[in-house]
Amino acid sequence: MDSQTFTLINITVMTVVAWIVPLQFVPVFIWLERKGSAIIQDRIGPDRTGILGFRLFGMVQNFADVVKLLMKENIVPANVNRFYFMLAPFWAMTVSLLPLLVVPFAAPLDFAGRTVRFQAADLGVGLLYILSITSMGVFGIILAGWSSNNKFSLLGGLRSSAQMISYELSMGLAMVGILMVYQDVRMSSIVEAQGRLLTAWGHTLPLPHWGIFLQPLSFLLFLVASFAETNRNPFDLAEGESELVAGFHVEYSSVKFSLFFMAEYSNMVVAAFVIATLFLGGYQVPFASTETLRQNPQLTLSLLCLLVALLKGTAGLIFYKIGNRQRHLYAGVKRAEPFLFSGLCFAVALAALALLAMGLTMGLPAWMNGVLTVFLQVLCLSLKVLFFCWLFVWVRWTLPRFRYDQLMKMGWKLMLPLALLNLLVTGVIILTQK
Amino acid sequence: MKVVQRPGMKGPEKIYVVEVLKGLWLTFSHVFYNLFHPEKLPTVFFPEEKKALPPATRGRHRLMKREDDSPRCTACMLCATACPAECIHIQAAESPDPNIEKFPEKFDIDMLRCVYCGFCVEACPLDAIRMDIPEVTVAGYTRDSLVYHKEFLMDHDNKDVVADYNPPRPVLWTHGPHAKP
Repeated sequence: MDSQTFTLINITVMTVVAWIVPLQFVPVFIWLERKGSAIIQDRIGPDRTGILGFRLFGMVQNFADVVKLLMKENIVPANVNRFYFMLAPFWAMTVSLLPLLVVPFAAPLDFAGRTVRFQAADLGVGLLYILSITSMGVFGIILAGWSSNNKFSLLGGLRSSAQMISYELSMGLAMVGILMVYQDVRMSSIVEAQGRLLTAWGHTLPLPHWGIFLQPLSFLLFLVASFAETNRNPFDLAEGESELVAGFHVEYSSVKFSLFFMAEYSNMVVAAFVIATLFLGGYQVPFASTETLRQNPQLTLSLLCLLVALLKGTAGLIFYKIGNRQRHLYAGVKRAEPFLFSGLCFAVALAALALLAMGLTMGLPAWMNGVLTVFLQVLCLSLKVLFFCWLFVWVRWTLPRFRYDQLMKMGWKLMLPLALLNLLVTGVIILTQK
Repeated sequence: MKVVQRPGMKGPEKIYVVEVLKGLWLTFSHVFYNLFHPEKLPTVFFPEEKKALPPATRGRHRLMKREDDSPRCTACMLCATACPAECIHIQAAESPDPNIEKFPEKFDIDMLRCVYCGFCVEACPLDAIRMDIPEVTVAGYTRDSLVYHKEFLMDHDNKDVVADYNPPRPVLWTHGPHAKP
């Protein structure tokens, strides 16, 4: 296999992965939304739907939803513009999956004389590509709103497109701050640059060289703007139920509605990926650069195993407590299930610890270094992304919705000047550093 | 004319970020507490667990019985007359007991029409109809199954409903920042 074929295969595989990852995150996100909202409001959340008694803590509810949405009648109202009406959901879904193509999932790995890249396309214009694709997402909403031939849809589409266009300005300007700091638009270079420690005026600070520490204001603006971009609470005026029924997707049913629904969630997943990559160091493990991890396989192994053990241990504890709560209610599988999962989690945690002990005492083969690093970095990125997914849920169930004038006021009169001020300050600081 | 000034936002509230963080902290405290104390959530797992209903609950109807298990009802039609939903259908017949004039040969209550007003209970001069079975899930698959006949209405032990008719699980309000002992 020559290197060209290898690169081609690598790119193909990573493209498929980059399309599958958000689709895999979507059910988890929906589950997180339901359970998260429940737990914020002191409720239990969905836990009844089950297959053969296996309820997976409410995860099976997603399957029920899918079945329900696929079984529903696919209505196309009489007076819609048929072509654009059909195009809109597919457009929204497709565009929402695209930006992840330029996000690196782990550092490139030299393996058996070849370089394996964990990024579908290392575009020289990575950041601009993300910006342009996300601004294309608004077409899906405008098309849906206009082609539905319904005043509520039109108003919803109008609102959300106005909102997206307004907040894209501050989003772009926040990105420019990152661009100024890292002096590059290539995503892989930006992430690589975040592996160092922070230096300011010749002093090295005990902080990673992450966007959030270099550009805190820019991070805040980007975060708020991405909430607005994804039409998420507190910016979900497009579907203000009391005013607009459901906004741009009033007329959509069945599969087409589910496409909009999934597009919304995969948009948020992608936004979480982009925020994590630009501001939280992407796949970088804090205080440990890729080289450090590759040279110290013991360190990598202990970090990986301890992280897995910690996460699984906590999950096992929570599952055990849930099982104890429901012990007197059910019999059979329903009763055993939480304990089963709790046991599995504890087993995985113990296995991770055993693996750690084995690896530390017996030593590791040389080829493991790179692979372990990749695992650790992917885990690290996923945790950051999951945190931002949780933040989306957390904010939604905490804050009330803005009024339309407040929204526009905030976008144009507060965030835009702040973004410009941020650029000015950043420029001055960069000049004084030289 | 009195002009009422709206309070508006003052001081640090205007920055908004501080208030957002306060709100996030509040919800996070709930999440953290609930995640590690799922047993203290006040949810009642309904079909399996049932909340104790108070003794004065207006529940499902029943027809009270005499000592010989015949209905106390004398088919005087007062309940059927009082009923605003017209859901009680009585067919009277001559009673075998010479001291009593009539007894209900049929006594049907159409639960699909009943509005749970309790007028029938108020109207009854003999305390023959009561609405005290603490059951709130009246449901069925067919319309016929929701027309309760005399036999079903009299299928009980003829005792007064006592407070622990339905063994209660105390609802624990020992949860979260507003907990009561």
